[in-house]
Amino acid sequence: MDWLLIIVLLPLLAAAAVGVVPGSQRRAIRSITIGASGLALLCALIAFCSFEVGGGLQFETKVVWVESLGLHLHLAADGINIGIILMGAIVAFAAACCADDITHRVKEFHILLNLMIGGILGAFASMDLFFFYFFHELALVPTFIMIGVWGRGARRNYATYKITLYLSLGALLALIGLIGVYVQTGAESFSIPDLIAKVQESPIDEAAQQWIFPLLMFGFGILVSLWPFHTWAPLGYGAAPTATAMLHAGVLKKFGLYGLIRVAIPMAPVGAQSWLGVLAWLALANLLYCGLVAVRQKDLNQLIGNSSVAHMGFIFLGIASLNVIGLTGAVLVMIAHGLLAALAFGLSGHLYRQTGSLDMSRMGGLLRQMPLAGSALLMALFAGCGLPGFANFAGEITIFFAAWSAGLKTVTVIAAWSALVIGGLYMMRAIRCILHGPLGGDWAKAGDVSPLIATALGLLLGALLVFGFVPGLLTKGIEGEAAKIVRLAKPAER
Amino acid sequence: MDGQLQFVQLEMMVAALGLLILLADLFLPSTARRSLGWVAAGALGLVFLLSFRGGYAALADAEAFGGIYRLDALALFFKRFFLLSAIFVLVFAVDFAARLRGGVSEYLAFILFALTGMMFASSANDFSLLFVSIELITVTFYILVSFQRHRLHSLEAGVKYLILGAVSSAFLVYGIALVFGEAGSLKFDAIRAAHAGLLGSNVFLFGMLFVFAGLAFKISAFPFQVWAPDVYQGAPTPTTTFLAVGSKAAGFVLLIRLFGSVVPELTAQWTGMLMVVAALTILYGNLCAVPQRNLKRLLAYSGIANAGYLLMGIVAQSDDGKAAILYYLAGYLFTLVATFMIIHLITSEGEGEDIACLAGLNKRSPFLAFVLALCSVSLAGIPPLAGFFGKFLLVKSVAAKAFGDAGYFALLAVAVFGVVVSIYYYFGIIRAIYWPKDTSDDSPVPIAWPTRIALGLCVAAILYLGLLPDKPINWANAAAKIESAPD
Repeated sequence: MDWLLIIVLLPLLAAAAVGVVPGSQRRAIRSITIGASGLALLCALIAFCSFEVGGGLQFETKVVWVESLGLHLHLAADGINIGIILMGAIVAFAAACCADDITHRVKEFHILLNLMIGGILGAFASMDLFFFYFFHELALVPTFIMIGVWGRGARRNYATYKITLYLSLGALLALIGLIGVYVQTGAESFSIPDLIAKVQESPIDEAAQQWIFPLLMFGFGILVSLWPFHTWAPLGYGAAPTATAMLHAGVLKKFGLYGLIRVAIPMAPVGAQSWLGVLAWLALANLLYCGLVAVRQKDLNQLIGNSSVAHMGFIFLGIASLNVIGLTGAVLVMIAHGLLAALAFGLSGHLYRQTGSLDMSRMGGLLRQMPLAGSALLMALFAGCGLPGFANFAGEITIFFAAWSAGLKTVTVIAAWSALVIGGLYMMRAIRCILHGPLGGDWAKAGDVSPLIATALGLLLGALLVFGFVPGLLTKGIEGEAAKIVRLAKPAER
Repeated sequence: MDGQLQFVQLEMMVAALGLLILLADLFLPSTARRSLGWVAAGALGLVFLLSFRGGYAALADAEAFGGIYRLDALALFFKRFFLLSAIFVLVFAVDFAARLRGGVSEYLAFILFALTGMMFASSANDFSLLFVSIELITVTFYILVSFQRHRLHSLEAGVKYLILGAVSSAFLVYGIALVFGEAGSLKFDAIRAAHAGLLGSNVFLFGMLFVFAGLAFKISAFPFQVWAPDVYQGAPTPTTTFLAVGSKAAGFVLLIRLFGSVVPELTAQWTGMLMVVAALTILYGNLCAVPQRNLKRLLAYSGIANAGYLLMGIVAQSDDGKAAILYYLAGYLFTLVATFMIIHLITSEGEGEDIACLAGLNKRSPFLAFVLALCSVSLAGIPPLAGFFGKFLLVKSVAAKAFGDAGYFALLAVAVFGVVVSIYYYFGIIRAIYWPKDTSDDSPVPIAWPTRIALGLCVAAILYLGLLPDKPINWANAAAKIESAPD
């Protein structure tokens, strides 16, 4: 079965379906979105369960699109992206459930939401560079519009412009890098497997690699909020509607990391050797600087946004280690963080809806007031500090081992320190401020989450725990692919 | 001579149509004159179809009139391009006729005469035909620009275009004279054969530089772009559309033929200069567009920036680069036609072209709001629309050269910077349409059926060029493979 094609098409068809429903039928519109993303989740689950570890590319769909340029709509899954697609589908379903806080222009919002979901799932399922980029943009443009029209806060306009310009710049730099890969390999094809096969025969000219890798590294890096290009992220997430923040912080942002692993390192290994050291130090800056910024936040969304930027540092560090466990850990954290970020933004969205404020100094005692949401938030914050049992722990500890064995010892020591101490500091403080103590200002009337949202958040939490206790579900598939990439990048150590 | 005339049958039909319209004007009551626009558009549609006739297409790759006129795939592509743009402009002009206050049939006829010039330009294979066709275009545009004589802006635009246009014509004719003096011929074929030996001659180089300046004026490339904003703003909107699409494309077909095929070695020698011109054009257009509030001025600056992107295809000096120009222009045609039509529909005469007039458009007419947003997204170069694929091809053609030559890299960097800046102001248009919650004017916008159909066709074309580029790319590739003359 072409599961991936179905997974990508479902949300896009849902967008079209919402388009023909009259705008007054809000229930119908919401049901279409939730139904489509639920079905997509089901398909993703089936695909994940029937995926054969070590079986190469599976669930392939390949359609010629532009013959003269070698462009194909090529969807396929291997050990790396099957887990990300499953995570994306879970987050998409959760985001669709949490989208009921939109009250005006519901129809337009749901069209954009479905487009965004389709784009996200398509980007991670694509094995063709062009569509990889194309689907990413398809998801990105609705993001901007959703923040601009349905966003919150006084700085909404500024945030919209900032996120638009930053992310467009990142995407364009990456595009030039990708075109560089295409032009330099001379493969006459945008298909990633074809390009890799070509690069194995005759690597890209080393001088060109020294251009291509930094283009991709900074292009993708901006998309992932690599320090010092990270300032759009907390601001943007603070202003975004709940569902948008969940999808972007959770899944879409991982596109850049995925691109680094999937394209940049295998295609330009020589460039990677000379630039990954820089990446490791920038990753450290992400961890330390953004962690410290998060400590100072008074607004819950700003705290989550900054901590999410800080967590990207782990993934960058794993990639910079460039060994099998490093890449495996990086992908594992990508998936874990995706679930976690969606969970955190989903909860903050619920809190925001209650009083229209996320000022932590005016909160308190919410665990008693809303036991379901409160405990979910408690668990999310603990997962954020890397408590064993959550998938985040499994990934982060792997990355520390990887970075140490890759010789990035100084970076590892500082990173471990900052991750544990700084992360613990702000997360604990948030728990104390929000959940414990006497009931805060205007929170007396606040209610708990609706059953639908509770299901969605429970799903995210459940996935975090399942992958935390049995990370082998993911890592078995990832390891094999990561080993292939490392072999491409470091042929000498074969 | 009979055999020769069949080469120019399309041009003759168009010119005859223009004359017929002038004649018909004498016999028709003033109320019926507007409908001449439909007749003209329909007739051009017929001419467009005739251009696909086997007998005509079979003439391709041959020269006529002693080699001054060349019919090849490139010329055919551009003839069809100009015909299509003129059909849209005529439909537009009928809608606009009430604001012209008389002289409708002359307006229509002049559009057709300009079209004749453009069609000749696409086949120019000799400096004399190049100059004559360019003048035919420019002189008719002097009139078309200042056609709304009751509006000061229109007259001002006409005077500016006249003075600067005359200067550029002077450049052009002076350059042609110098080239003739050195090469001894006006024929492109002769110059193609001789130019490699003339690269050391300053007279020849100056001549070609002046010719380049004259053409750069047509496409509004830096530093010959100053006229564009005032003229775009002041001219009647259909004229602006034709100027932005047809006149610019006429400049590009000549640039492609001249610098892509006639003097390739000179182009290679001038790579650095062309890069600088392209980069400055991109920067100037995009940066100056940012503070604009008037929509037509905004589009003028964006048009300058787009000329810069298009020049990248010339700088790339490859068939891919030329094909990218053709693809980009095709997308640009539909996007600009739709954009200007919408600006015309929602603004009253000469007033309220301010970007704020877009507020509430999604309530006044969701269709127009959607089309304008789509056009802005396409112009900003965001997938999956025509503008993205055009830019993708242009960037690809330059990137093919970039590794190993830092100059191309710098050009790419400028292009990326320009695109990011442009996203800012195109996004401003979308923002102006959708963001404002309370708006003063909620009256629905009446749209005539032909205009509605034209807009629908534009949307279909923008989507087609963006989503299913396989066939159009093959057309562009085929048209871009220009060749030297048969020996």
